Amino acid sequence: MSAGVLPYTVEPHPVTGLYSGKLGTWLFLASEVMLFGGLFSAYILLRVGAPEGTWPTHEEAHLSWKIGGFNTLLLIISSVTMVMAWANLKMNNFPKARMYLIVTVILASLFLTLKISLEYYPHWHDGLKPSTNVFFGLYYTLTALHGLHIFGGIVVMLYFIGPGAGLWKTNPEYYTNRIECTGLYWHFVDLVWIFLFPILYLMN
Amino acid sequence: MSDHDHSHDQGFLRKYVFSIDHKVIGVQYAVTALVFLFFGFCLMMMMRWQLAYPGQSMPVLGELLPSLFGKEWAETNMGGGVMSPDLYNSLGAMHGTIMIFLGVVPLIVGGFGNYVMPLQIGAPDMSFPKLNMMSYWVYFMGGMIMLASFFAPGGAANSGWTSYAPLSVTATQGQTWWLVGMIFLITSSLLGSVNFIVTIFHLRAKGMTMFRMPFFVWAQLVTAFLLLLAFPPLEAAGALQLMDRVAGTSFFMPQGLVVSGVVQEYAGGGSPLLWQHLFWFLAHPEVYVLILPAFGIITEIIAANTRKPIWGYRTMVYSVVFLGFTSFIVWAHHMFITGMGTSISAFFATTTMIISIPSVILLTCLLITLYRGSIRFNTAMLFALSFLPMFAIGGLTGLPLGLPASDIALHDTYYIIGHFHYVVAPGTIFAAFAGVYFWFPKVTGRMMSETLGKLHWITSLIAINVVFMPMFFQGLAGISRRLYDQRLYSWGDAMQGWTVVSSWGAWALGLAQIFFILNFFLSIKFGRKASANPWDATTLEWSAPSPPPHGNFAKVPTVHREPYEYSVPGMSKDYFPQNVSEA
Amino acid sequence: MKILRWCAPVLVALAIVWMADASPALAQADAPDISDVQIDGEYGQFPTYMPPDVSKHGYHVDDLINILHVFMILLFVGWGIFFVWCLMKFRARPGHTADYKLVKAKAPKYLEVAVALFEAFLLVGLSMPVWARVKDELPTEADNPIHVRVVAEQFAWNFHYPGKDGLFGRVAPEFLNSATNVLGLDPSDPNGNDDFVSGEMHLPVDRPVITQITSKDVIHSFAIPVMRVKQDAVPGMRISVWFHPVKTGTYEIACAQLCGNNHYSMRAILRLESQSEYDAWVEEMAKGPAEFDEDDL
Ligand code: HEM
Ligand SMILES: [Cu+2]
Ligand SMILES: [Cu+2]
Repeated sequence: MSAGVLPYTVEPHPVTGLYSGKLGTWLFLASEVMLFGGLFSAYILLRVGAPEGTWPTHEEAHLSWKIGGFNTLLLIISSVTMVMAWANLKMNNFPKARMYLIVTVILASLFLTLKISLEYYPHWHDGLKPSTNVFFGLYYTLTALHGLHIFGGIVVMLYFIGPGAGLWKTNPEYYTNRIECTGLYWHFVDLVWIFLFPILYLMN
Repeated sequence: MSDHDHSHDQGFLRKYVFSIDHKVIGVQYAVTALVFLFFGFCLMMMMRWQLAYPGQSMPVLGELLPSLFGKEWAETNMGGGVMSPDLYNSLGAMHGTIMIFLGVVPLIVGGFGNYVMPLQIGAPDMSFPKLNMMSYWVYFMGGMIMLASFFAPGGAANSGWTSYAPLSVTATQGQTWWLVGMIFLITSSLLGSVNFIVTIFHLRAKGMTMFRMPFFVWAQLVTAFLLLLAFPPLEAAGALQLMDRVAGTSFFMPQGLVVSGVVQEYAGGGSPLLWQHLFWFLAHPEVYVLILPAFGIITEIIAANTRKPIWGYRTMVYSVVFLGFTSFIVWAHHMFITGMGTSISAFFATTTMIISIPSVILLTCLLITLYRGSIRFNTAMLFALSFLPMFAIGGLTGLPLGLPASDIALHDTYYIIGHFHYVVAPGTIFAAFAGVYFWFPKVTGRMMSETLGKLHWITSLIAINVVFMPMFFQGLAGISRRLYDQRLYSWGDAMQGWTVVSSWGAWALGLAQIFFILNFFLSIKFGRKASANPWDATTLEWSAPSPPPHGNFAKVPTVHREPYEYSVPGMSKDYFPQNVSEA
Repeated sequence: MKILRWCAPVLVALAIVWMADASPALAQADAPDISDVQIDGEYGQFPTYMPPDVSKHGYHVDDLINILHVFMILLFVGWGIFFVWCLMKFRARPGHTADYKLVKAKAPKYLEVAVALFEAFLLVGLSMPVWARVKDELPTEADNPIHVRVVAEQFAWNFHYPGKDGLFGRVAPEFLNSATNVLGLDPSDPNGNDDFVSGEMHLPVDRPVITQITSKDVIHSFAIPVMRVKQDAVPGMRISVWFHPVKTGTYEIACAQLCGNNHYSMRAILRLESQSEYDAWVEEMAKGPAEFDEDDL
């Protein structure tokens, strides 16, 4: 016999008010909070425990708030375009939504490109490596993990722009939901950066 | 993520290997986990030889392993058939890792949880079937990486399952494999736990309110939250340790380390205790991941076999939720001896005493359920009943370990090995056996042999106590854990006799499992055919056919009452299934 | 002035050579074979199996452990009797049925509250004061304590004594030499002149001891079961622990934390001596290796 389509893939559950995918995304984000929470607490513990004078000063950290700030701006704009994509799907305007998704991908890629070309590469070249000191270890680990999340987001969005777009034709609501979940994730990734930016670029 | 196609004749691969049916995935999990459990146990049986007869050539394996792994391996690891201290440490670390992360958790969460939970809430499947399949395969890959690590240069990880830095950072390559393997296992748990929670919240059948859920489902729900929230910090810690090992960072490495006379190149500034905090922040909740589903299993079995509602069902639910919360604030009771002051140790000792209360409540509720019941002693019930006193021993011996002052003498001795093994071996493993005997008819459509089952039970119960009871004496005597040869110390030498006893117990326990293995395979083939509800039980899984088809229920069930309505007065039958509307 | 600039480094160099040679035993002698040292005391004795206690404060820990185990056994036996009674009384048999009504017993509640209260008493009344006493309240100088630094390394214990001046010299990794200077004592620090290192721990009885415990490489754990003392040795940290031996004899020190392949053999000898024997030993050690005795004279 057939299992039938599982309930609440599209329509929200009366009690939680969410469809399953969204609840799942929220739970996943809760675990992500714990992941980055673990890393942030490591940062705090190491920073508080650092012997006097060993934490790099602003100059020693060689991190320009201008590049970081610009990247922050990119991500914030990409969050907006992500919302626009979803809103347009809600209004049944697929081509426009797709365009916004593409813009989001471009912004995200620009973020990574700038990060690598203006920061990772010259730093590494100047001998500022993860092993240089605890600060740089944290800097590379945290930003790389965040970068990995950005990269993951790009892959997912490309999927929905390209091969996954067919779903719009067969089940537009479901497609819209998936974009909404991608958006939730995307806002979270931006939010992480909003925390990373001050503790790495400004607070030394 | 979730709509699955349900063509009628799927190919063999889709049906049995890359299946998205929660029942097939549950069986895959359970079988893989049982194999890993047996493997981890074999590692320990080898170690028990070294402990009982240090320096004597291992019978059979002493010759077999060198011939299997080659001369070079044998020279460094098994000169003259005697395992080296390095090999001993590898086996110990892998025993712990395999038992916990590849054996017990996948068995009681991935196996029983996946198979039974959706049936018990009347769901056609898990919310995200494809994610469920992925979770199994990621777990499987993590397991393969762990196994492959035995062949890494320098052997498998050898810094204990706790992987304390800096030892683990300076350890041989196996540790890197271990970390990568752990990241796979953690990812698998995360996928699984999201799925469990959404399923329990969204896919309950009509009428299945939260307080009509069988206790097993509650236990799985809390466990899923623990896995979801406690594992990520370990993932973070694992990533940091991986960086320390491969990128030369010094998150866990303080200034000026000197290993065998060589000043280390680490920049320093890190903290070895940071690892312990992050690790135990996971690993204490992990203890509850190991025990809560076990409580869930035996609650089902005790209810069905006392023919009586569970005493204090709601109290048990509140206790298990409370346990879940508090398990996040006790972690540093594993770190009393790291140089903690009075106030911090008092805080963690207090939370530890507080968390012991709900555990006592769970045990008490089950005990009082027996009162005025009509107790059937089938194999499943015998295992479930033995869980109670065995867990009691495990729990009680936690008391001297949770009080910082007595922990001074007992920390890092065999006492702690005895303590947690009473919780996980005759505790959780017995609960898992009980679950196998109980749900086997549902899964296979055949009954297991009661005779072989009872033989398995009595031999295992005796043997397992012979293994673990002496460990308390050894711990009190002062013997450190993780010792390759305890006789160097006078207290170890004095207690060597008990070590020999314990080892023979372990081998006897190994032999006792033959009854189980025989029973398992023979029953699949020749067991008596089982009806849909062989135990006359009330919960929903027994209203589905044995074995349930893809999609589970012929007709979506509606739930009318609490889970354990046994011996309701004025009824002809002594059980009132949840889905039956009128008597 | 110019002369001084030239002379200073030469003088320092000379000083270093002199000290490296003639200073007291800075290198721990090649680990002597301690496997046949006769250890005092009776071990693994029924019924508690606990090692002998030769400290002034250890009975606190022992008492707590004993009380706890009596409590645990009573609870378990009481619990077990009820359990077995239930199994026998309420076994399924023809004519016997289960009772649907749940008992409204108050007893379990009271019992649970009693257990909780008793746990609170154990914690607040017994454990915390003992912990505060043995872990936090270090003896003051008025108690005339002995100071020893314990430096763990794979797989040996180094006991760093301050010598007769009672002051420890500065240590830093750059001075480390596994043959002549296992601790990395700074040769230019005069406090370190009469410091010495031993692979055996010698202590006089009836005086408190303050040990500062650290590690050079990985985490070890400094455990003296006969003294009811255990403290992790964490690299990068120096943790103070005190104890108070009261009985002379030869005992063992163990490593309680997995620290590598030879963890099991990381064992050292503890000699508890009378004050005069101890003084003589310090005298002997502070003089340095025997070869240099004549130079010193
Ligand atoms: C039933 C058969 C088992 C036997 C005979 C056994 C025996 C032992 C022994 C003797 C040790 C101490 C080794 C040492 O300190 O050198 C040990 C360690 C350990 N066992 Fe088991 N065990 C069994 C089952 C389990 C199970 C079911 C689990 C977990 C779910 C488990 C988890 C552990 C862990 C975590 C350690 C610590 C490993 C480490 O030191 O890193 N064991 N086991
Ligand atoms: Cu714990
Ligand atoms: Cu050690």
